[in-house]
Order: sequence, then structure tokens, then C-alpha cells
Amino acid sequence: MTKDTDHLGRPIVVVTGMGVLTSLGQGQADNWTALTNGVSGIRRITRFPIEGLRTTIAGTVDFVSVPEPSAPAQSQRLAELVIEEALAESGIGRVGDFPGPLFLALPPVEMEWTQRFALAAASGANENVTYADLIRAAGGGGFESYYRRFLFGSVGENLAATFGTKGSPVATSTACASGGTAIQLGVEAIRRGETDAALVVGTDSSVNPESLVRFSLLSALSTRNDPPSSASRPFSKDREGFVMAEGAGALVLESLSSARARGAVVLGVVEGCGEVADGFHRTRSSPDGKPVIACMRAALADAGLAPDAVGYINAHGTGTPENDKMEWVGVSAVFGDRAGSIPMSSNKSMIGHSLTAAGAVEAIFSVLTIRHGLLPPTINYDIPDPALPVDCVPNVARAASVKHAISNSFGFGGQNVCVVLGAAQ
Amino acid sequence: MAHDRDALITGIGLVSCLGSGADAHWDALNAFAPVLDTDTFSPLAVHPLAPLALDTQIPKRGDQRQMEAWQRIGVFAAGQALDSAGVKGNTELLSRMGMIVAAGGGERDYAVDAAILSGYPKAENPGAYLNEHLLGDLRPTLFLAQLSNLLAGNISVVHGVIGSSRTFMGEEASGADAVRIACARIAAGQSDIILVGGSYNAQRPDVLVHYEMGGLLRRSPFDPVWARQESGGGMMLGSVGCFLVIESRSHAAARGVSAYGHIASIKTDRCGRAPGQATANARAQFAAMQAHVDPAGAAVISGASGVAAPTVEEGEFLASLGLPVRATATALGHSLEPSFPASLALAAMAVKRGSLFPPLEASEREMTAPLTQALVTSWGHWRGESLALVTAA
Repeated sequence: MTKDTDHLGRPIVVVTGMGVLTSLGQGQADNWTALTNGVSGIRRITRFPIEGLRTTIAGTVDFVSVPEPSAPAQSQRLAELVIEEALAESGIGRVGDFPGPLFLALPPVEMEWTQRFALAAASGANENVTYADLIRAAGGGGFESYYRRFLFGSVGENLAATFGTKGSPVATSTACASGGTAIQLGVEAIRRGETDAALVVGTDSSVNPESLVRFSLLSALSTRNDPPSSASRPFSKDREGFVMAEGAGALVLESLSSARARGAVVLGVVEGCGEVADGFHRTRSSPDGKPVIACMRAALADAGLAPDAVGYINAHGTGTPENDKMEWVGVSAVFGDRAGSIPMSSNKSMIGHSLTAAGAVEAIFSVLTIRHGLLPPTINYDIPDPALPVDCVPNVARAASVKHAISNSFGFGGQNVCVVLGAAQ
Repeated sequence: MAHDRDALITGIGLVSCLGSGADAHWDALNAFAPVLDTDTFSPLAVHPLAPLALDTQIPKRGDQRQMEAWQRIGVFAAGQALDSAGVKGNTELLSRMGMIVAAGGGERDYAVDAAILSGYPKAENPGAYLNEHLLGDLRPTLFLAQLSNLLAGNISVVHGVIGSSRTFMGEEASGADAVRIACARIAAGQSDIILVGGSYNAQRPDVLVHYEMGGLLRRSPFDPVWARQESGGGMMLGSVGCFLVIESRSHAAARGVSAYGHIASIKTDRCGRAPGQATANARAQFAAMQAHVDPAGAAVISGASGVAAPTVEEGEFLASLGLPVRATATALGHSLEPSFPASLALAAMAVKRGSLFPPLEASEREMTAPLTQALVTSWGHWRGESLALVTAA
């Protein structure tokens, strides 16, 4: 009989349910088929006018709609859909009664232009609209639904109420590492013995003009607009930026003993998590890669694994010149001579960068990679970058038996998270 | 009974309308007079931040320029907390120090927004107009002042706290959950020392727009949180930065530092706020820590926001406890994310001194007996109920 505790005597944390939704489609099955066939979900933006924008493409999720669109409303809807899938697979709890807390990776919430324009119109100001006019209009009543929608707590509250998670819902933002942070919070809660199960969700549906422009102004986005499918090119010499995308992923995390007791199917094991912040700069990583290296090493140590045990790296792989270079610096330091021979592919080449959701979405794809023994490719790998001698599983999926994989997530603000995922025993 | 993994508060950084630092707050609370700005956003009033000597905590002007006010407030308070705990500049310790920040989002460029709002309705092609002006007029670095996790990011850059960095969002509850999870991590040995807190800039038209849409802001003239309930209640927002250094007893002992207080228990929960539900949560939370409560030496530091329904219900719950109460929003203004950490800071200061500060309004009871512990409440203005017990270290 296998043990229920890990190398440090902590409860082993397993995944018993997953739900995923990306620009490639809804659900594990459709996503996995597309992902392993090298399909790109990147498309021309049709949600809003693109005139004058440098980047006119994104991995939008256009097949889900909500009555009054906004990033929090859409993000909430995507979260609901992936949670439903994960709960159905896991079979845990009862409808509306999940036996544990919610850890939610959520994009920062802010009133958007639609609402500002509505307030400005209601203010009756003719020539020069100021914030004083907006405050006056806001006080005139009729905007309570905006107030509630744009509270930072409302998505988590609504999800907690709908799915009956226990305790105060925790919404976290660590930029593009948020999904990894949410997983880490869930793992830690189970290891502390606070709960037998945790619902972990990453969701992001914030492709709107201002979000796109903000990244554009930082020169972070690919402007290779034609064809859209060619824009996300991690590790390729001619990579020039990431592609914004939408998506969501939900994982039911559970202690192995709890999963075993209720006869649940174990999909994978969350063997370890590592996290190290970087104080070098607000958007750039330390040039020596120290924080990224320390983060991966911390994750492996947490998992009780030597670097030799890792058979696949689910790269952060955004396709920005700097990220991919820095990630390679980190990987080559941690894995030494093996670095270039460990397959390391980027899901973002196909789904784009789902930002807040990416860590959760890509952890799910990592579990599927292990389960299916099939490595999703890095598409658009046309011109190898001699500075990055990485085996990125170029363009075509590859069969491989993987026992342990790591999934990296790095974000603005010096955020670095690495999650170690292992095969179900 | 003292335990190695007890979570102690060993550092406090606190800035608000009352001043800068724990001692300044203690003095101000012992001679309380409300500090309000009734002009800038008239007819709304806010509790404005006291002037800060920014250079003392954020020495590089380049760093100051890279931040907006909410970040400067937070990074300043974080530095003060690190100073207070005696760990500022201790690279070895800071490199393994954890951090949990409760944050909303950052300021906007109000001039750019106003220009777009004015021009958009008249534009021939409104969509193209919006794109053109966002792309042309927004400062590229403003994004970094707006992202919720960039308060934590700036603390890493300016103060070198890099062991871990997590940002929680969700108004009042995020501040309480940040403290709860920090304490849980310490109790479980997942961390030895963690910087926890947040900041809030109330002097921002966009947040006033937000809470005005909710119909939740109190008009001047000023009246205190409980007295306000006789005329409909409401929030008066306050700019606050508060960070706490929370540390295991054994780690603090090894460093030879004294603590402000011991977070003996902390609970957080949610409900849909049907009448009585929040009270039920609070009663369950109180029951869980009641064995450690010393009624003769305890008082309540309440985070009541002033918003009518939850404040009235909390008032009734607190009356049932029969303890002296102080509502911190009367003095600091309500500050959403850092509101709970700030109340916890005031509680720890009072416990360390062994006395409660005087009533902030007529309905609050004088306490003459020595203070040995404090209960700290935070009922969010919309959601979230939290309760902590601070005892002597």
C-alpha cells in the first residue's frame, strides 16, 4: 500500500478533477486534441474595434458570452464552466456544497470604459467631462450593479456562493504567476491539515482595449498580426512578444487519503511548489536568473526530487525575447548538462498567454501530458535561436513517458512560481 | 501557554490621517480629534494621509517616481514595519521573509480619462478614437502603478523582501485572510517570518465614484461610526498604510526581540448577509476562541465600516459581548484592504501598553481596568466576517 504522506511527512496532495477552457475550446477533451495537433487559438480580435492598434490579435474566448460583458463578468463565467467540469470529474461533495476552500487566481478588477462612458452620459456634462461629474452621476443612483460587479471580492464571493466552498474565498493576483500561486495556496492548506480538499481556479477574460494597450505600451506584445496563428513563437529566434489570451482552469486538489477513502480516481500528484520573488526590477528579471533558479530548486526540494527526475518542463515560454532567454538561463543552471535534452514546450505557442489563468491552465495540461504520455509541441518554431538550445518539442507532438514534470509561471512584479506535477501512483 | 510556533507581531508600520508610526497613532488616539478633508471632494469627505517623509523609507527618487500614491503609502508603511521589527536591510533574513499583501488596484491618469470621456461622444469613429488616445496618451509605466501585485513588487524592489510574494484581493476580507494565512503558515512551520499588510489611498476620485455607485459614502459633517447609524450610516474613507511583521515565537526569541502581541486566534468566513448570518459567523468565531478570552481584561477593536446594515448588526453582536469597543474607522476612516491589519496594529499597541485608548464617541465605554487582550473584528462593508484575538506576547 502506498503511503499517504510525502518525504516530509505531509499529506500527499493529488488532483481528482480538472476543468479547462481556452481559445482552443471548452473542456479537457477538445483542448487536448487541439493542443496535441498543434492548433492555434489565436485570432483577429472582433470584440472591439482594432483600428489604430499595433496588435490586433489575441487568444480570445468568443464562444462564451455574458449579458453585460466586463472582465470580471466574463472571468467569472469562464470560472463557473471550468469548475463544473472539474467537479463532475472529481465527483467530490454535492452540488453547491464543495467540502473545502476556494483559491482563485483573478485579474485585477477595475471599472471599464463602457461603465465610464455610461456614467459620463448620465452626468449630463456637455463639453468637458471630469471625475467630479462622474462622482455626481454615481451618486444619482442607478449604478449599484456596477459597484457590486467591480468590487475585487465579487467574483470570489459569487463562486463561493454558487459552489458552496467553505470559508472566506481567497482571490489572488501575482500577475502572470497567479494560477501557480493559487495552486500553492491550495496545496499548503491541505498540507497544514486545514482541509482535505481545495478548489483552485485560475481565470482571465480581460482582452479589452485598455488591457491590450497597456501591454502594448510596454512593448510586451507580438505585433506579428498576419496570420494570427503565427504570432506566438516561443524559443524561435524571431519571437517578438507574447499574445494576450483568455482562458480558465480549475483543479480539485485533495489529500491522497481523502481521495482514496472516497474511491476517487487520482489524475496526478502535486508534488511540490516553489516560489521566490525578484527584487531586481518591476518588469525585468534579475539578469543572473538567480530568483528563477532558486524558484525551480525550491519546488524540486519541496517535492523531494533531484533535477534528474524531471522528464518534462511545461515552460512559462511566453515568446518575449527576454522571458525565453531568462527561462533558459534558469533551466540550464538547474538541470545542467541535461537541460537541452529535457523536452520543454510552451502551451502558449497555441493558446497564447492566458495571464492570470496561465498557471492553472498549464498545470492541467502538464497533468494531461503525464497521463497521456504525449508532449504538446511548441508551434511556430521555424527559426531556432542558437542562444537557446532547447528541446521545445518543435511543431509536432511527441510520445514520451513522463513521471515528473515542472510547470513554470513568472510575472511582472518579480513573481516566480514553479509547480512540480507527478504521475498518479 | 507559550508555544514555539505562536504568531507574534514584532513590527508595526502604520500611516494614516493621524500620523506616521505606531507611537504617533497612540498619541493621537489618546487626544482624539478627527482629521478630515471636506474640500477636495465636497460634498464627500475623506480622511487624508498625514504628510510622509518619503525619503526615509523610499530613498531613491526613481523608485518614488515609479509608484503612484497607493504604492508609496504601502511601501512606506512596509519599511516602517521592517524598521520596527529590526530587520530592515538584513539581507539574509529578508531573502527568506514571506510577504502577503492585501491590495486593490492603482490610480488612473485622471486627465487622460477626462479627455477621453469628453472627446469620445463627439468622435466620428469612437472606437478608433479610444484606441488612439489610450495608445497615445497613457504613460507606459502607469500600468505598473495599477496592477494589484505591484505593491508587493515594489516592496521587493525597495526593501528586498523576496522569500515569497502573494497578493490577495477582495476589500476588507483580503486583509484578514492575509493575516490568517500568515499565521497558519507560521503555526505549521511553513514560514518563520512574514510581512503582511496593505495600503489604501482614499484621496482618489475613482474610488469615490465606485462607492458612490453603491450609495455607501457618508456626507460631511463628520460624525463617528456608531453615532452615524442614527442617520443612515455610511462610509467615510481614509488613506491608510499598514504592515505587520508576524513572526514565530522561536524566531523572535532567537533574534532577541520583544513583540507587540500574540495573535492567539484568527478566523475568517463569508455569508450572503441575510439578516443574522454575519452574526452567526461571528458567534461561531467567538465560540472557537472563547476559552482564551479574559472578559475582565478584554476590549474590542472594531473594523465596522459605517455602512448601515452590517454596522448596526455588528454593534448588536458586540453589545452582547459586553466589552468596551472602539471603532477604528471613526479615527482612521474606513480603508478596505488594510483596515483589518490596521485594527490589529492598534489592538497590539494597546495590549502591549496594557491600556485601551479613550472612547472615540459617546456610545463607546471607558475602560479603566488594565487591558490584557483585544478582540479585533472586521465585517466587510459588503462581505466577509473576521475575528482575531490578540493577547500579550
